[in-house]
Amino acid sequence: MSATPSGFSIPRPGQKAGAGAAPPKGADAEDPETTEEGDSDQLAPDASVDLAAVRAEFGVDRTLDELDETLVGLVPVKSRLRQIEALLLIDRLRHRFGLDTPRPNLHMCFAGPPGTGKTTVATKMAEILHALGYLPSNHLVTVSREDLVGQYVGHTAPKTKEVLKRAMGGVLFIDEAYALHRPENERDYGQEAIEMLLQVMEEHRDRIVVILAGYSDRMDKFFALNPGLRSRIAHHIEFPEFDVDELVAIGKRMIAEQGYELAPEAEDVFHDYLARRRAQPHFANARSVRNAIERTRLRHAARVVEAGGAIDLAMLRVLVADDLLGSSIFDDDDTQPTNDDAATADAAADADAGADASAEDAAADEGDAADEDAAAG
Amino acid sequence: MITQGTFAYLPAFDDAEIEAQIRYCLDNGWAISVELTDDPNPRNVFWDLWGLPMFELTDPRAAMTEVTACREAFPNHYVKLSAFDNSRGRETIALSLLVQQPANEPGFRLDRQGRPGRTVGYTAHSYAADRPHGERYA
Repeated sequence: MSATPSGFSIPRPGQKAGAGAAPPKGADAEDPETTEEGDSDQLAPDASVDLAAVRAEFGVDRTLDELDETLVGLVPVKSRLRQIEALLLIDRLRHRFGLDTPRPNLHMCFAGPPGTGKTTVATKMAEILHALGYLPSNHLVTVSREDLVGQYVGHTAPKTKEVLKRAMGGVLFIDEAYALHRPENERDYGQEAIEMLLQVMEEHRDRIVVILAGYSDRMDKFFALNPGLRSRIAHHIEFPEFDVDELVAIGKRMIAEQGYELAPEAEDVFHDYLARRRAQPHFANARSVRNAIERTRLRHAARVVEAGGAIDLAMLRVLVADDLLGSSIFDDDDTQPTNDDAATADAAADADAGADASAEDAAADEGDAADEDAAAG
Repeated sequence: MITQGTFAYLPAFDDAEIEAQIRYCLDNGWAISVELTDDPNPRNVFWDLWGLPMFELTDPRAAMTEVTACREAFPNHYVKLSAFDNSRGRETIALSLLVQQPANEPGFRLDRQGRPGRTVGYTAHSYAADRPHGERYA
């Protein structure tokens, strides 16, 4: 691109000489959006801002309140979310006063037992971070080991890159992240995916938030073997187990969502059921509650069909104590008759839940478990 | 200098402007791909692919990273950004934007061929294409 036109070239007005040469790294270019915002509402040093108004302007409170409402329990998670929200809000305000702080590192690790809402919170996280202006988009890309790790040499890097490109601008949620590293196989390609991940987590910190999720003990082992990853993740959030009252609240919410309701006399039974189920091995918290409700629906349907005759709306909606008492959990209760089919279904489902919790493969999936429950019943 | 594709008659775009174009493409649901060549002839429609076309992107930065990587690897090539619209009935390139040109373009010569019946044929001959592939704009 010479300044003097030659050959067939057509001179362009305002052309800078050498503008066609490779420009400096694209990553250095300022994002036009943030630049505009920063300049338009710059504040004088002696100005003051109403915090409530700024919060209302962000509209984050709505998302967080919704989170408070829809998610039962999870106090440490919620308080950490509030802290992150406060930090981003203050950073925004500091920026308006001309104080520039480096962007906080918001890569996270969600560790907790199965069924404690890690995926659900990750979805909300994308919305919150977008509302706070930290991320340009609110989309969430959920992946697990097989989406990142290839099957032969040279397959992993393009595969991981592809996923990272898709996730850019939003949240990349890696479920069962500990599966990326297989210490028993030193030639495993998982390590390559981890390295790629690390690189992007550093380079594109402003465009992507990576959330690793997994069961606490395995994640601890995973991080012990990958110290580089541990240090790049600022937020290690523990998801606590639910207690029985929280499980009951979750269960009632699920029942309502599915268009059923629990008969008043069944509530105590439900509480009792969850207390017993919780004490059993392979309990998967909210996931087990959902499976229990699925099986209760089966028993309810069977009972209504058996009864025959006239059926009204109430009969279709209300789950009574008998529907719950049919479960194998109550087997040792001599006063209650047990339905054999239901007992088998429960046992099968419990085995599923167990496999889910301990499976080496990351593929264990909520939907599958629910389907198998239905099939077993 | 070559003027082909979208906005060819405007001054070369800087990175922020290219990113804004990518954003526009992604907002329209088009798939971005990066292509390169060192054969400047306008009839050269088969450019080399830089990686596969990128479907399902949401953030322009991802495509911008590829553009930058391609420009770094081939600083003396033409690099263009194509946006493919896969919506039914269109299924074609919706935007094609040159994002890099070699620093020195020697331009073209007009060759005339005498043909039977005193007719004349014209050919645009690229000076750059006289040199072997890969060394043209070194």
